[in-house]
Amino acid sequence: MSRIDVRKTYKLYIGGQFPRSESGRSYVVNDAKGRLLANAAQASRKDARDAVVAARAAFGGWSGKTAYNRAQVVYRIAEVLEGRREQFEAELRAAEGVTPARARSYVDASIDRLVWYAGWADKITQVVGNANPVAGPYFNLSTPEPSGVIAVVAPRGPLLGLVSVVAPLIITGNTVVVIASQDNPLTAITLGEVMATSDLPGGVVNVLTGSQTEIAPWLASHMDVNGIDLTGVEDAELATELEVAAADNLKRVRRPAPDTDWLAEPGLDRMTQFLETKTVWHPIGV
Amino acid sequence: MTPTASSTASTTSSHAVFDDIVRSDSSLRRFLHGLPGVDQVGCEARAAGLATRSIKTTSKAYAIDLAIRMVDLTTLEGQDTHGKVRALASKAMRPDPADPTCPATAAVCVYPDMVATAKQTLGDSGVNVAAVATAFPSGRAAMDIKLADTRDAVEAGADEIDMVIDRGAFLSGRYLDVFEEIAQVREACGDAHLKVIFETGELQTYDNVRRASWLAMMAGGHFIKTSTGKVQPAATLPVTLIMLEAVRDFREQTGQMIGVKPAGGIKTTKDAIKYLVMVNEICGEDWLDPDWFRFGASTLLNDLLMQRTKMTTGRYSGPDYFTLD
Repeated sequence: MSRIDVRKTYKLYIGGQFPRSESGRSYVVNDAKGRLLANAAQASRKDARDAVVAARAAFGGWSGKTAYNRAQVVYRIAEVLEGRREQFEAELRAAEGVTPARARSYVDASIDRLVWYAGWADKITQVVGNANPVAGPYFNLSTPEPSGVIAVVAPRGPLLGLVSVVAPLIITGNTVVVIASQDNPLTAITLGEVMATSDLPGGVVNVLTGSQTEIAPWLASHMDVNGIDLTGVEDAELATELEVAAADNLKRVRRPAPDTDWLAEPGLDRMTQFLETKTVWHPIGV
Repeated sequence: MTPTASSTASTTSSHAVFDDIVRSDSSLRRFLHGLPGVDQVGCEARAAGLATRSIKTTSKAYAIDLAIRMVDLTTLEGQDTHGKVRALASKAMRPDPADPTCPATAAVCVYPDMVATAKQTLGDSGVNVAAVATAFPSGRAAMDIKLADTRDAVEAGADEIDMVIDRGAFLSGRYLDVFEEIAQVREACGDAHLKVIFETGELQTYDNVRRASWLAMMAGGHFIKTSTGKVQPAATLPVTLIMLEAVRDFREQTGQMIGVKPAGGIKTTKDAIKYLVMVNEICGEDWLDPDWFRFGASTLLNDLLMQRTKMTTGRYSGPDYFTLD
């Protein structure tokens, strides 16, 4: 007897849950050769709104954890990803049509990227913080704090690009609403499954799949979003529009980076871009 | 608002209609237990069905403004201070200081000792002061203390009194005691509007909610209110549906309109609109007015304001731009 396939329904990842789009829509995702791979949920502005609410609700708890603890959680994501590498390699091969060796190298790089950022959690303060010399009997200490809820337009590509834009934001204590690459949304949702089982509190990362032209403007103008990372916006006109919309509540904006080499060592700027500096004056005792 | 002359007159006449029923405990029990039983499954299905209605664009804008006008902005905490009540009263008069077209709320709801403070801030702005009385929220005190509590609040300037019924007496079947209690408090209210709180979370069955509704309406309450907000579950859609049916049937029988106030647990604009849809479907447009329907709430107002801002500016707003309650 032949067995009926059990096909996976790709949904969104919001607040630790996997809901369908509020709009009920979905869109067709093809593999590298243009054959049907699966249907993905097509998120609407209301899904984006719900995701921001979830991210805001998660912010207090996540940013309040010790840096050491956040490092453990992000490292745990890497561990779980390692355990499911075969699934990810298969998905990458299907989505991009790459060779097995190349798929393996992308998964390796993604796992290594997570571990690399995990290590930074309890070190970034020492690097970008400072004890400032002041003309008076005070300790003057500057320390970085997370900006808050950050919206991210993820770059093209199924896995490495997404990991590379999300990990630096959450490691410093921000919470994230990410619009996955429109052409490769499936791996993003599978990555959501990894995060949901890695002690990452619900709402810290929220993944939307669908059209960036439809969703991104709502996130850019949202008054409860503190920053927006436009890395994956390829249309220059849209990028300008989003920057203008983001100005309303003075969001921190990271401009598009079309030709980023995701395999290269990333540097610190993805972390430092969405940090605020708190400076405290403390009297020196006798 | 305070009752109109006609509704006061009809209250007296409605008493006459029910004279036979409230003559003795047994006749009252016979009447209340003779009310048709509530079909629990049907009631919950109806409430859930009405909650799926989609209210958009201009209807939504209307619903949001109406809901704001219906809010009894409430603070009933042990930690309330005069300063907090003043801040709340200011917010009630001008919920969105950035937008002069935003309507004021219906009332501010506070403990009796805060009535004078609230009144002083509100002045003649048209926003009423509601005070919870009669040993709120438990209702466990001697009758003369409850009456003194009520008079005290009215003397301090309360326009509306929110009383709690003695759930112990109600649940043990001493309906006449509850009836007398409500009638006496109503008398102590003088010109102030009386809202009768059932604490439906403690009444156990929908049948009891229907009985309590009729009891309170016959005893002269101007409003029937679901909950104190101190007990879970507080207001729910099915319970409010039963109370709306009761006030609708009461008007058919007596010609007198009674208000309904769900309180506690209504936190989002979406929830509030579900209630408004239900009011319109069960009771009709006459009840879509702050004089006849209220929301007892504190956090709801901020969500209404955020939605209102979203509709006027076209972008999502955030809690950073509204006062903390």
